Amino acid sequence: MLSHLPILQVVVPLLAAPACLLLDRSRLVWIFTVLACGLSLLISMLLLYQVSQHGTLSYDLGGWDAPWGIEYRIDLLSAYVMLVVSGIATLVIVAAGTGLEREIPLEKQTVFYVTYLLCLAGLLGIVATGDIFNVFVFLEISSLATYALIAYGRDRRALWAAYQYLIVGTIGATFILIGIGFLYSLTGTLNMQDLAARIPDSAGSRTASTAFVFIVVGVCLKLALFPLHLWLPNAYAYAPSLVTAFLAATATKVAVYLLIRLHFSVFGEQFASSSLPLHGILLTLGLAGVFVASLVAIFQPDIKRLFAYSSIAQIGYMIIGIGFGTAIGLQATLLHLFNHALMKGALFLALAAVVYRLGSADISAFRGLGRRMPWTMAAIVIGGLSLIGMPLTVGFVSKWYLILAAIEAGMWPVALLVVTGSILAVVYVWRLVEAAYFQPPENELPEGLDGPDRREAPLTLLVPTWLLVLVNIYLGIDTRLTVGTSGAVASALLGGGQ
Amino acid sequence: MLLLLAITALAIAWLRDLFAAVMLAGIYGLLSASFFVSVDAVDVAFTEAAVGAGIFPLLMLAALALVGRNEQTAYRRPLISLLLVSITGAALVLGTLDMPAFGSADAPPHNHVAVRYIEESPKEIGIPNMVTSVLADYRSFDTLGEVVVVFTAAMGVLGLLFTGRAASPGSATERANMYDHRVLRVVSKMLIPLILLFALYVQFHGEYGPGGGFQAGVIFAAGIILYAMLFGFGNAQRVVRPALLQILAACGVLIYGSVGVVCLLSGGNFLDYSQLLPDPLVGRHVGILVIELGVGITVASAMILIFYAFASATVNSEEVA
Repeated sequence: MLSHLPILQVVVPLLAAPACLLLDRSRLVWIFTVLACGLSLLISMLLLYQVSQHGTLSYDLGGWDAPWGIEYRIDLLSAYVMLVVSGIATLVIVAAGTGLEREIPLEKQTVFYVTYLLCLAGLLGIVATGDIFNVFVFLEISSLATYALIAYGRDRRALWAAYQYLIVGTIGATFILIGIGFLYSLTGTLNMQDLAARIPDSAGSRTASTAFVFIVVGVCLKLALFPLHLWLPNAYAYAPSLVTAFLAATATKVAVYLLIRLHFSVFGEQFASSSLPLHGILLTLGLAGVFVASLVAIFQPDIKRLFAYSSIAQIGYMIIGIGFGTAIGLQATLLHLFNHALMKGALFLALAAVVYRLGSADISAFRGLGRRMPWTMAAIVIGGLSLIGMPLTVGFVSKWYLILAAIEAGMWPVALLVVTGSILAVVYVWRLVEAAYFQPPENELPEGLDGPDRREAPLTLLVPTWLLVLVNIYLGIDTRLTVGTSGAVASALLGGGQ
Repeated sequence: MLLLLAITALAIAWLRDLFAAVMLAGIYGLLSASFFVSVDAVDVAFTEAAVGAGIFPLLMLAALALVGRNEQTAYRRPLISLLLVSITGAALVLGTLDMPAFGSADAPPHNHVAVRYIEESPKEIGIPNMVTSVLADYRSFDTLGEVVVVFTAAMGVLGLLFTGRAASPGSATERANMYDHRVLRVVSKMLIPLILLFALYVQFHGEYGPGGGFQAGVIFAAGIILYAMLFGFGNAQRVVRPALLQILAACGVLIYGSVGVVCLLSGGNFLDYSQLLPDPLVGRHVGILVIELGVGITVASAMILIFYAFASATVNSEEVA
């Protein structure tokens, strides 16, 4: 069975979803979903182990050889991203056991879990596959599921946010599809490895450049690169809190993965940098994203929205890393991809706990929260410190590598700007800390939320949150796993010639 | 034909009346289907005809019943969008300039992967329709993905709109608005059985001619939706219950997936049908038939579910009003 792990990784959640619909008892469905997510987490760990021991795995679906059939191709990079995705998915779904009851009516929960599993399967499918059209198919699955998940928010504006995202996301997907079509017309193949071998033959043609541009723009819409980020703040702010935690930690990460995969493995660094001044564009947009989004974040009264803008800024950092075009820059991107998933996962889960107790994520709800919900608030503070990039947290590791990359590339101003960006993060995290620890609590709680609701969040929400927080600290101190893996991936992508 | 397509597309963008726009979109679907026929892509044409000209206008009409036929937003002239669209269009044209000429024999698509599909598939898979060979066997995992896309769409609509409440018998909704159109009623009574029968033919004939699970499912759903439109939503729900549809939609995906799992358990890779039976060719045959059945079931029930969701939302909003 071990040789079938690559496909099981995707098929387990994919088939668990319709099976869930047949169960139709919301408690049972939850247990089943947790099992399915846990199983896929286990598979992703095994895969990472296998890949690190034996190198890249290739799996021919339907028994057909690669360019004719669809190939699943798991290398270190995809195993690494799948571990993040399935890990976060599992933690969030564990928290959903109690966290969901106040946000989604009981009769809709079954369909919610089905959609959640479909989204997970879609994201994993994008990462696992080595076939560019298969990417599109699973992108559609995950995107459709995402739109639906966002629209579950209680606020009616959630519908509008989901609709906005649907329009933008569909445009992005269409761009990617057009790019894929152009590539097929040039090469006659859809397999990524085969494409990588055949693209250099038509490197000078305008069709190839257009394909590249369309694919990059499409993916950048998905990963909310400034200035294509407008869908993200609303989507994150109005989606149910747990959905936000899941999406913030996985969906944009998978989009970044896709950019790296298509940029480095399919088109190749040489093609990408010769057809366009791509590095300059990515650096500029990344920096602009960091500053604009961080500045906007400082003035947000809604904390979910604040962290949504902060996500856009963090994506900016990842893009800067790619923009250097060096191995160490790419390594910084990969580190930040992993680390940002950890911090935002922890932060949004903690916010979900706040919303669960207080029914709101407005800054006014946070007054005096340090005393009312000490553990939750402590988690938010540590997550925030990690976001700023304090030593001993994972945030420091990725910022450190980013600055190293900037210095190595001789771009002192960029290094300086990265540090300045962190100072902006200090400002918006401080607002939260100030409200929670230095302002008296509001005397009256919202109606109907008295008595036990004054207390700490339930353990089922706290434990996953703190697990993530502890991982944040642990990996901030013992950096062997993340730095080692990302370093190996970066040099393979840039040095291996493909 | 392309000119007609362009004119229709412009007209759709120009029109303020949503009802007319939907009708034109149906025409657009039919036109593209004929265009696909003229470039010898009959399978694609069939799908486009069934989806673009068939089920799409039906579902849009159901949505219009919910929101009304006129646009409610003010009409603006979005210059920036126009600029962006022009740039995109220019980029597309620029991209196609260098493209290998249409139908040229030495274009890469005709010389790489496709060669094996055309030359070997009758031997390797043993069915005459190569499109089905590619869709249901060489790239059958993509098709599984597409079925899941349809399933996801149904789940999304279900989660947002469907209340699961059947219209109470004898209420105003029992008799659909169209019930008084005697001619429509009689004609459709004759047509619906034929439509359903045709769907089954398309379903099981996909290996030999154009067709297969997707088209069959859509046609089948169109038959049921037609019935619901003419004889009332309540009546249709009594024939095909929503709960049953949910189960069927899930089962279709599961049937497809379990074929893959069975292949896996009998020693092959996921979806390697040749492992299903001792004779690999027969195994492939059986595998394709079963997965097409799964596709058909999921597509049909997902489409009907989506229609029901719109219809039930309309009924509810009428009852509130």
